[in-house]
Amino acid sequence: MTTPTPSAPAAGAEVLEAIGLTKHFPVRRRLRGLFSRTRTAVHAVDDVRLTLHRGRVTALVGESGSGKSTVARLLAQLYPRTAGTIALHGEPVTVRGGRPFRAYARRVQLIFQDPFASLNPVHTVRYHLTRALRVHGNAGRTDADLDAALRRLLERVRLTPAERYLDAFPHELSGGQRQRIAIARALGADPEVLLADEPVSMLDVSIRLGVLNLLRELKERFDLAILYITHDIASARYFADETLVMYAGRLVEGGDSETVTQRPAHPYTRLLIGSAPDPDRITGDGGTDVAERGDGEPPSLIRPPAGCRFHPRCPVAMPRCAEELPPRLTVGDHDGHWTACWLYHPDVTGAGAAAAPVGGEAGR
Amino acid sequence: MSEPVLEIRRLSVDYGLGDSAVRAVRDVDLTLHRGEVLGLAGESGSGKSTLAYGLTRLLPPPGVISGGEVVYHPVDGPPVDVLTLSPTQLRAFRWAETSIVFQGAMNSLNPVHKVSTQLMDVIRAHQPGLGRPARLARARELLRLVGISADRLDSYPHQLSGGMRQRVMIGMALALEPQVVIMDEPTTALDVVMQRQILSQLAELRERLGFAVLFITHDLSLLVEFSDRIAIMYGGRIVEQAPAAQLYGAALHPYTDGLLHSFPALRGPRRELTGIPGAPPDLRAMPDGCAFHPRCPRAFAPCDSRLPRLGPPADAPDRAVACWLHPAPEAATR
Repeated sequence: MTTPTPSAPAAGAEVLEAIGLTKHFPVRRRLRGLFSRTRTAVHAVDDVRLTLHRGRVTALVGESGSGKSTVARLLAQLYPRTAGTIALHGEPVTVRGGRPFRAYARRVQLIFQDPFASLNPVHTVRYHLTRALRVHGNAGRTDADLDAALRRLLERVRLTPAERYLDAFPHELSGGQRQRIAIARALGADPEVLLADEPVSMLDVSIRLGVLNLLRELKERFDLAILYITHDIASARYFADETLVMYAGRLVEGGDSETVTQRPAHPYTRLLIGSAPDPDRITGDGGTDVAERGDGEPPSLIRPPAGCRFHPRCPVAMPRCAEELPPRLTVGDHDGHWTACWLYHPDVTGAGAAAAPVGGEAGR
Repeated sequence: MSEPVLEIRRLSVDYGLGDSAVRAVRDVDLTLHRGEVLGLAGESGSGKSTLAYGLTRLLPPPGVISGGEVVYHPVDGPPVDVLTLSPTQLRAFRWAETSIVFQGAMNSLNPVHKVSTQLMDVIRAHQPGLGRPARLARARELLRLVGISADRLDSYPHQLSGGMRQRVMIGMALALEPQVVIMDEPTTALDVVMQRQILSQLAELRERLGFAVLFITHDLSLLVEFSDRIAIMYGGRIVEQAPAAQLYGAALHPYTDGLLHSFPALRGPRRELTGIPGAPPDLRAMPDGCAFHPRCPRAFAPCDSRLPRLGPPADAPDRAVACWLHPAPEAATR
């Protein structure tokens, strides 16, 4: 407990990495399906690559159903994955319950969205935190050790004096306090990685920032790597160093938060940012973007569209978008800013202002 | 400003009776003008939904209206107090004059009935004389109004996406061309892209049909963009009321100011934000004086003992605030 970062490598080092992370949930077969060979599945997460760095917050932004929570649960190894590798400090790990899972959970902790549901209503704060400490071997030997550890946890999440909270039941606490207890419980394992799945979206507006600022402070104090999952891209800009945008199970854009939010490259990111409430754009329906009207809904993930999954809604889709999956392409305006969109392929950008992809004939 | 369509005067709503009653809404005065969008913002427990249920007389027990009146001004005819209507009058009044779109409206459709049945049901209840073909035509028209193709009439709710279900609910709310539509967190469960689509459509419909909207949400940044006027509720009372642009430009009440600084901005410089320290008050044990004073960064002498009254501050007659920093001329003398 006293050394929060055992065997700490340099700040900014890679802690948790996922490569080709894929999860398909099988769909129950109907009678008709019994005779067909193909099994249907929801393609919840496909080929996600992300890296969490020590002392950095990475935001994963997407609409509901885009697979962002599934990514968190896969990284926490709560679900078995369909394909891909998860590496902790460069070593691939796969755990399925038992001791290995506990050892993994000691280093990678998950915080859930709803603090009203994630704490057991019949147990006190003391019980919740003691359990986390005991399970992960951080409770010390004596009662005095345990008590000191409990106080330290509450102090870390700024719930002081500790006496006021230790014997409280969840219903006696406000939403913000409850979420702080959930964070303290995660810290009880003394983790290196926090996976925060929409940690503030169930909280009152006026206390959300308090919790986000607390997470940032903890990140700095303990050099935590944080994955911040959210649907609110403005809060990603505020809180995260790096932002990844997810659409229909795939990552479509990533890079430094400021770059992604100020100069979005992918048409979906542009739509997302254009749709966010903006007090500076006062009155009425504002500028109605091309893609805003009509059938603007995410696709079915049972039969996701071929090629780029955004192409049916995309205002600048090209024929190629419906056929080939765009690879990660560098945008070129800022280090590490990439997007999975054919618009940024050298074939297109190399052709100058020409709207249509001209391919190899450009130099003719 | 146009004439009022709905006037709420000193409305109070309690949960429970006697000494143990929780006073969820206290002495609320609020006026909705014809054709305007009035935003009502507040955190959970501030009483904003209770206010909406109270003024439509939809409060479930143990909710009790303990005082005040709600005056509705029909297009033609004398004003009526909604709170004194008889059950028959109330039944005729509801939906025809005011309709409501509930929180989580996506789930308020009946899953075992087709969309057409549910839309036609409303029309049949209020216009019994209308034949089935006419009702069907009207249902088709309503769907078109909210941007859903008519071949969805025979769909069941589960066959529609969340956004479409929400649109069906809005279409249903407009079925009898009410003067007032109350929307309680209508887009909270939706994604931002869908939220914007629905709100732009609502703005367009309002322009065309001229109904007034009471828009209740916790998302103040949304209200600034979409409403004409905004009222802020805290601890069961309205603490500030102003035209949207003025409120955003210069909030008078420290709570409003705190709320506005609780939303990280998507554009402009990145600032360090703090939110508001502390937690919303417990309605069972409200602080004395101004309910916000324990969390207020600018609280001073009178705040913890005397309740500030909502009134226009000396320098801005078209807005109202309940704060000792900006005492209303008549409140200062009390």
